[in-house]
Amino acid sequence: MADLWLQFILTIDATFRVATPLILCAMAGIFSERSGIIDISLEGKMLMAAFTAATIAALTSSPLLALGAAVLVSVVFSLIHGFACITHKGNQVVSGLAINILASGLTVTLGIAIFSQGGQTPYLSGDQRFSSFDLPFAEAARSVPILGTIYAELISGHNILVWVALVSVALTGVVVMRTRFGLRLRAVGEKPEAVDTAGISVTILRYQAVVIAGVLCGIAGAYLSIAHGAGFVREMTAGKGYIALAAMIFGNWRPLQALYACLMFGFLDALAARLQGVDLPYLGQISTDLILALPYVLTVVFLAGFIGKATPPAAIGTPYVKER
Amino acid sequence: MTVSSSHKAKGGDDLPLAISLSGVSKTFGAVRANDDISLTVQSGCIHGIVGENGAGKSTLVSILYGFYQADQGEIAVDGKPVHIRSTYDAIAVGIGMVHQHFMLVPPFSVLENIILGHEIKAGARNLKEAKAQARDELIALSETYGLTVDLDARVEDLSVGLQQRVEILKALYRGARILILDEPTGVLTPQETVQLIEVLKSHRDQGVTVLLITHKLREIMAITDHVSVMRGGKMVDHLATATTSPEELAQLMVGRKVLVNANYHDATPAGVQMQVSDLTLTGASGMPLLRGISFDLKAGEILGVAGVSGNGQSELLEVLSGITAPTQGQVTIGSTVISPEAGLSPRDIKALGVAHVPEDRHAMGMVLPFTAAESAALGYEDQPALGTSMWFRPAAIEDHCASLMRDYDIRPGNPKLKSNLFSGGNQQKLVLAREMSAAPRILLVGQPTRGVDIGAIEFIHQQLIDMRDQGCAILLISVELDEILSLSDRVMVMNAGQSMGIVNKADANAQSIGLMMAGVQ
Repeated sequence: MADLWLQFILTIDATFRVATPLILCAMAGIFSERSGIIDISLEGKMLMAAFTAATIAALTSSPLLALGAAVLVSVVFSLIHGFACITHKGNQVVSGLAINILASGLTVTLGIAIFSQGGQTPYLSGDQRFSSFDLPFAEAARSVPILGTIYAELISGHNILVWVALVSVALTGVVVMRTRFGLRLRAVGEKPEAVDTAGISVTILRYQAVVIAGVLCGIAGAYLSIAHGAGFVREMTAGKGYIALAAMIFGNWRPLQALYACLMFGFLDALAARLQGVDLPYLGQISTDLILALPYVLTVVFLAGFIGKATPPAAIGTPYVKER
Repeated sequence: MTVSSSHKAKGGDDLPLAISLSGVSKTFGAVRANDDISLTVQSGCIHGIVGENGAGKSTLVSILYGFYQADQGEIAVDGKPVHIRSTYDAIAVGIGMVHQHFMLVPPFSVLENIILGHEIKAGARNLKEAKAQARDELIALSETYGLTVDLDARVEDLSVGLQQRVEILKALYRGARILILDEPTGVLTPQETVQLIEVLKSHRDQGVTVLLITHKLREIMAITDHVSVMRGGKMVDHLATATTSPEELAQLMVGRKVLVNANYHDATPAGVQMQVSDLTLTGASGMPLLRGISFDLKAGEILGVAGVSGNGQSELLEVLSGITAPTQGQVTIGSTVISPEAGLSPRDIKALGVAHVPEDRHAMGMVLPFTAAESAALGYEDQPALGTSMWFRPAAIEDHCASLMRDYDIRPGNPKLKSNLFSGGNQQKLVLAREMSAAPRILLVGQPTRGVDIGAIEFIHQQLIDMRDQGCAILLISVELDEILSLSDRVMVMNAGQSMGIVNKADANAQSIGLMMAGVQ
């Protein structure tokens, strides 16, 4: 029984680790999409950031510098997206796809050029990365049943960036729902004309939104390669940007609900990893592929309107053009 | 913020002009939207600007509100020269605008909509405090101007009339002393229009200057002190309202004599062509859209359907033309019965001799990037004259279009021109020509003159009456009450998906129909 409890706690623990990039990207998506800009380039920005972080960490051995560089590169890609979609009123999905394709090719090409390791970056040692840290008394608490294991295994021992992700949810909630900037952000995603006629620049607001999205994607990418992982591997984001997008939709473009969706998707991921090759009573071995497919299936079911209703910002995907 | 301070403070009879424009010009590509416009608007007056669609009224007020910048010319507000480079600048000099299409965020509350862009005034430290502060100010403001509205209601739950009120309140909250209203009554019931007129008069009495853009001459006559007429991008005349007449204004707008009212004469209706009984339609969310509509449509009559936009008229048209199947009830055309069990496609219904001029010509009436000839063949491309089941005959289609263009005076008369290069009036004439030339027994017409200039309106109205005289049964759906009253032999009024009753020509007037439109039996 105690063993099963520990297994459960460890799965939940893994859930947070797996969900961290999803959470950061989902918050990025909320900022961008609430302003009316579809952002399927979460994936590409995160990939570029992961590569940049690993590269800078390998070259300078400074995780902080690596994080800064990752954020910078991600923001640059956000600005490219903004330049195409906001300034030039291009198709937001096409621009996003282009960024994803660009990131996919560019990371491998640059990786081979710099490190000649087939697109990977060198293995990063502990001090080149963001490490996990234990909270006080974690060891002592381990022996206390239930609460002790929760504290030692679940709450303590996380990477600093996991906490950053959780804080980002609270911040997103406050900024979007409670501040003047948030009011304008939501307005520009619903009815940009109303913002424009109020004397506020739609262009500047939307650029601000995509830059914030870039910062968050940058942190997510850095987490993948220099916190959760120990180096960059080609295509290491593996569709997490799209899952984050699905989680954001599942959360109805709201921070807290999106967090829940990310945790659910993260849990399914962690569960699939834990059940790999395990014989379950009555069920035998279940295919982990099925579990991994669940987030996508659930998203489709949600979008089809079987569970609740998704109401995207009204002006999403449409460039703002003053009518002539 | 005291709304009327600046000109009151100066006092005396010689108030500075609220607005003075001189030599304002604006060109879009090859189009001279505004050509050397001069205009003076006196403080504390209601000043009207009339003109046909495309006369340049909207461009002019967009320049005033900072949406566009003039290529040339000077603008002075309250006697001081100003450079309005953005909406922000316009608001700063005290200009507020109520747009034809409201600039409100539907899921936001009234309060949030009003403070958007001017959220935090001096003294508030955060959004919450700012909202509380704004609330007090707005309550005072709405009492001063008689603009009561629930500040916590979501805008999307409000009626159009109330939304307009929110727009006016928003402009005043931002410190407007000059209020521009662009076609404000297009979406209102006659009673709401009367209320709006009262509100605007009270604004004038409080010292607010009102600039009213409209094509409805009746409103100009009822409310304005001065009126300026625009035609083809130029200012053609400035008049004191008391010394002019609707006929004179119409003539100035069009540049020639026009009939303000259609050439109506009594109809001689014959047998019933279409029988509608207990027609009901329920929307996807379970919302009733049509509730038990019944009427007969006779050959040789025009049955007008009046109502404020969005009360089921569009749905009625969709069901009758076969786009949507009814949930309950039936439509009988000749010996054919259309019911939920036996639905017919639009093509089947067309084969019964029913033609349909859709409400929205851009969405349903034509394909804008197609040539005029192709648009004129849509829905009839399988007629033997125009093509076979597999091939269409471009030459025949162009000839067909050219003959329609001659008969219906569509300009420019070039079938190879893309549909979107025609003016709204000519596009509408093209759609009408296509449907009328099929010689239908029943003609369903939705908003035949929406966005169409006066000259074309006169022509379209005449065509409808001629069709009626030839024995066609016409169902006319329009949100323009004047149009319904001047053309219809009988008027059905719709409210909330229900028929409020059918009134004969003799008993139909704006007052009685207006009450029915508002849901009063």
